[in-house]
Amino acid sequence: MAVCIAVIAKENYPLYIRSVPTQGELKFHYTVHTSLDVVEEKISGVGKALADQRELYLGLLYPTEDYKVYGYVTNSKVKFVIVVDSSNTSLRDNEIRSMFRKLHNSFTDVMCNPFYNPGDQIQSKAFDSIVSAMMVQAC
Amino acid sequence: MADEALFQFLHSEIIQYVKGVESGESVRAWDTRETENGRCVSKLENMGFRVGQGLIERFTKDTPRFKDELDVMKFICKDFWTSVFKKQIDNLRTNHQGIYVLQDNKFRLLTQLSAGKQHLEHAPKFLAFTCGLVRGALSNLGVKSIVTAEVSVMPACKFQVMIQKM
Repeated sequence: MAVCIAVIAKENYPLYIRSVPTQGELKFHYTVHTSLDVVEEKISGVGKALADQRELYLGLLYPTEDYKVYGYVTNSKVKFVIVVDSSNTSLRDNEIRSMFRKLHNSFTDVMCNPFYNPGDQIQSKAFDSIVSAMMVQAC
Repeated sequence: MADEALFQFLHSEIIQYVKGVESGESVRAWDTRETENGRCVSKLENMGFRVGQGLIERFTKDTPRFKDELDVMKFICKDFWTSVFKKQIDNLRTNHQGIYVLQDNKFRLLTQLSAGKQHLEHAPKFLAFTCGLVRGALSNLGVKSIVTAEVSVMPACKFQVMIQKM
């Protein structure tokens, strides 16, 4: 279950950012912003194995004491960032991958919507519901 | 086989409609046939651009990341062209300095128009949408470009892609 989910355009501004409201939203905005550096580093990684470079899923970007940050980049250079709680150690790599898959599918649907202009904030209800399903239920 | 015809019909209708809108709007005396044509072509190209952006997002969902520009162009020539036109580009040439020429010897959207030089003056309108399609696809893959098309003998045509270095 994610604590914060963000979609970032290829010009590195957020298209969609949503976090669990109980905790400081600004802190998550900052975390996502700093994780962009790590994403850039991974995308342009020179000297890494070719297999790594061809994958869309970037894996664990960096862990902090409270939470872990995962990244995924699409072929159109749109980045997805998911922040999960560190205490939730039962979350396996496969589950994170499937979360990114669902996000990517939903994002593709948003892109194909003729009323959506690429570069705008994402306001699709369908996308919202997919993201809510993945977020921690705020009690 | 039927779904190919669907898009061809829709495409011809779009061109007719845009032409109709443009001639309806050009009541000014100094609007020549050429400016009308130019505006048609731009409208069609912009439509193709937006469609290309959405299409490429769907097509590259599962493919691994591209290594470089040439890889992107090869993807356009093979997978993208096959998905849209059910065939591949017949010839890709480049001068390795940012210009690519894609040659299609039997372009699907032109086969119904004529089989030689007849109606050559109407051909640019039929190519505008596809130029926009390629430009939109490339732009979403991170490659800024200008795409033009030329045709001398139908149904063969050449698309010229000029990569713009930022």
